[in-house]
Amino acid sequence: MKSCLIVDDSRVIRKVARQIFDTLGFSCEEAEDGKVAHAACLKKMPDVILLDWNMPVMNGIEFLRALRREPGGQTPVVVFCTTENDLNHIQEALTSGANEYIMKPFDADIVRSKLSQLGVIEA
Amino acid sequence: MKPEDFDLFSVLVKQRSGLVLTRDKAYLLESRLTPVARKWNLKTLDDLAQSVRAKRDETMLRDITEAMTTNESFFFRDQKPFDQFRQVLLPQLLKSRAAKRQIRIWSAAASSGQEAYSLAIILNEEAAKLQGWKVDIFGTDLSAEMVERAKSGIYSQFEVQRGLPVTFLVKYFQQVGTDRWQVKDNIRQMVQFREGNLLTDFGPIGTFDIVYCRNVLIYFDQPTKTRVLEAISKVLTPDGTLFLGGAETVLGVTEKFKPLENERGLYVLTGRTGATAPVPPAPFQAATV
Ligand SMILES: C[S@@+](CC[C@H](N)C(=O)[O-])C[C@H]1O[C@@H](n2cnc3c(N)ncnc32)[C@H](O)[C@@H]1O
Repeated sequence: MKSCLIVDDSRVIRKVARQIFDTLGFSCEEAEDGKVAHAACLKKMPDVILLDWNMPVMNGIEFLRALRREPGGQTPVVVFCTTENDLNHIQEALTSGANEYIMKPFDADIVRSKLSQLGVIEA
Repeated sequence: MKPEDFDLFSVLVKQRSGLVLTRDKAYLLESRLTPVARKWNLKTLDDLAQSVRAKRDETMLRDITEAMTTNESFFFRDQKPFDQFRQVLLPQLLKSRAAKRQIRIWSAAASSGQEAYSLAIILNEEAAKLQGWKVDIFGTDLSAEMVERAKSGIYSQFEVQRGLPVTFLVKYFQQVGTDRWQVKDNIRQMVQFREGNLLTDFGPIGTFDIVYCRNVLIYFDQPTKTRVLEAISKVLTPDGTLFLGGAETVLGVTEKFKPLENERGLYVLTGRTGATAPVPPAPFQAATV
């Protein structure tokens, strides 16, 4: 079973995302900020990380940069999922090591379409 | 809705677009035609039906027909037909068209243009191999509104996230306002859109090396499917390829096409010979001594 770490400071969003990933057959963990997510990754690297941008303590982009420097930190497929929807943010995410980018609001179809393009799930 | 009004609308829509509406779709007719009635300042569908009977106003008939079309489309829809284009067909065409250096592709039933633009993006990714080539991508749809949308190349945030990898969004789109994205000019210039009905004479559109006709035949009855496929067979080059949607086939519909072996969803002309044609059975060999 593939694993997913859902990183978002909103419980509601985590719940929605978790439902989507559950349906796609992932085992899910949640983190409410970048720091908690970082600690979770050091314990075990997930296959996929769904990552919010704006969060207290450690934001998404800081977390991503820290993750990519860790041993094994290149392996998780990181999909940003944020209300930031301008070209600058997208470009910054990609240069910092994000694999995909979802602009909120999102739905199951968008998540599925992104994951299948990334080859994480079957089309 | 009165049964005779349902019949009036469904016959009209069938004749003009091919779309088959069965009685159980009355709710769909009602929800799609109510805005049309409003546009024409008519209170009810009853009034709309009366007006159709009395005037047969061409613009009104068009509005009714277009309102019944389903225009959903995505970038790189189903992915596979675009991988097949890039990995199988394009390399073949680069060889077989090396003298002419021209490739023509038709997105029939193009809707809001995502299929045509997906192909243009792939061709741009392969631009190094296509130096000095002329590639035409031609998109047609029954719906004038869809043709306008396709030409504008403007998509909602939602639309650019279904099927389109973010790297392509960054490379080939520019943001307009806060939540819409427009295909960049260099890609838009590769594609031409215009109105076109698959049920009527295609006019002088020339021949195509590849035709994408996906997710439109599903709405038609068998004789209409046959008619459209046979018309398409006439505008395909002898070694051309047809793509149909995932729920569509030529089997049992026309003898003009046959499925291409090992490539799901691809069809070629039945008379076709050449590299991809099935190998003829080995001639009978007399026992050798
Ligand atoms: C579901 S969309 C398919 C779009 C695209 N080919 C795809 O697969 O994503 C179907 C389109 O067919 C168009 N259509 C329906 N009847 C047609 C006809 N008789 N001639 C041309 N287009 C037609 C509709 O306007 C609609 O945009």
